[in-house]
Amino acid sequence: MIPKSLLDAALCERHGADTQEKFSNATVGIAGLGGLGSNIAIHLARLGIGHLVLVDFDRVDLSNLNRQHYFLRHLGQWKTEALKEQILEINPYLDCQLHTTRITCENACCLFEGCDIVCEAFDQADQKAMLIETLISGFPDKPLISGSGMAGAHSANTIQTLHRFRNLYLCGDKTSDIADGECLMSPRVGVCAAHEATMVMRIVLGKTEP
Amino acid sequence: MLYINGEPDDTGTPVTILALLQSRNLRPERVAVECNGVIIRRAAFSDTLVNDGDRIEIVHFVGGG
Repeated sequence: MIPKSLLDAALCERHGADTQEKFSNATVGIAGLGGLGSNIAIHLARLGIGHLVLVDFDRVDLSNLNRQHYFLRHLGQWKTEALKEQILEINPYLDCQLHTTRITCENACCLFEGCDIVCEAFDQADQKAMLIETLISGFPDKPLISGSGMAGAHSANTIQTLHRFRNLYLCGDKTSDIADGECLMSPRVGVCAAHEATMVMRIVLGKTEP
Repeated sequence: MLYINGEPDDTGTPVTILALLQSRNLRPERVAVECNGVIIRRAAFSDTLVNDGDRIEIVHFVGGG
């Protein structure tokens, strides 16, 4: 296996030592490992975010491969484990804490208590609202990043990051809804995931505006 | 006068959060609401009254992820 010192040096060479130290010390939670969450996790792994808390209750299905960061070899596996396998292929020294469970208003605060930042990456609007309400109530000072509005074949330029409430960052076009029959497709889901990952990066570096 | 998402709003007060959402055709299970910087739990939407001068922030979520 490649030595940790070599991987760390390569990251420092690209990102700068001060920046990399911040990334390595950060703990980021991801709630849901579908189209948003799996792609966010890969971005954060490439940044070298040192500690990831990955939560999902589901297994990889063939219908996921149009947008989610999994491969045919992962079909039938828990998304938590399939994603950890890929993350460790990027950097085997990252700490991935897995929870293969459904996130509810009862367990959400316990699952994400140790995280500096949490990314909401659910599919359903009511679940997004539940998680945001629960985590803001439990941790008023913890930055939360949420995805809302990435369906359809609209321009990528409609997807933005907005600062809402005190500590909530909302990524998406705010309107494209799977409930209106719009499809989820890889490019725009990927753009929205990259917005969420970008906001994680900025907050870790002390930049609190989108 | 209320302020909703930073804009003045002339809905008569006092009014419940639930009535405010219904008047804007927003489904309560798809929103998060803050009143003067404090999150309001969904279970309290129907009996939380907002008054003149209150600043309400409503974030509406759509599906997909």
